Amino acid sequence: MKVHLRLFAGVREIAGQKEMELDVTQGTTAGGLWERLLTEHPKLSPYTNIVKVAINQDVVDREVELQAEDEVAFLPPVSGG
Amino acid sequence: MVPCKPLEKRALMYEIVQDILDAKKLTQRVASDKDGALVTFAGIVRGNNLGKKVLFLEYEAYPEMAIKMMKRIGDEIRTTCGLTSVAMHHRVGRLNVGETSILIVVSAPHRDDAFAACQYAINRFKRTVPVWKKEVFEDGEVWVEGPTEAVKAAKE
Repeated sequence: MKVHLRLFAGVREIAGQKEMELDVTQGTTAGGLWERLLTEHPKLSPYTNIVKVAINQDVVDREVELQAEDEVAFLPPVSGG
Repeated sequence: MVPCKPLEKRALMYEIVQDILDAKKLTQRVASDKDGALVTFAGIVRGNNLGKKVLFLEYEAYPEMAIKMMKRIGDEIRTTCGLTSVAMHHRVGRLNVGETSILIVVSAPHRDDAFAACQYAINRFKRTVPVWKKEVFEDGEVWVEGPTEAVKAAKE
């Protein structure tokens, strides 16, 4: 199934892309998707313990399983204002 | 009960914008004859941070989620403080020193609620709304990850 990935700020710069469409297997968790991203971009590892995961624009636990067409975002700690 | 504004007007209360923020325009949008107090907070780009000279900032947002989170803060405020109106606009892109990065305007029948709500709004914003800034110095640049204020507040 397909999910949409959106990346921002430092994570976006390291990954070199702000949006991706990915094929994932049923049962893939948000955390699992991060691990996959990490394999492709090992320089993201400092972010592993600090990114939050949002699915369809709500922050969720990493254990949450992805559904088809979900919009997944890995959010570095925010610094707006 | 808090009187609801028409949807098309309320939608404009929370925005991520590229353009220069206009406090006067936003104030006019929020003001009402039911409210005797209107408080505006403007966040301004500082020319230095932690002793380093900042040339300019780059702001980036996850706009759809940012608007959702801003609405949530606005709803919390309206429910708790009984405010009539809350508006929050954040600017993204390149911002020079002295420019306004965020405007928060709240109105309430009386000033105590308006001040408290405005402070609550900016504190919640800094912790929960997905916006990021990159500081650009003469000798490099860095994404700021996590507001120092939030870290401090969490410890208090």
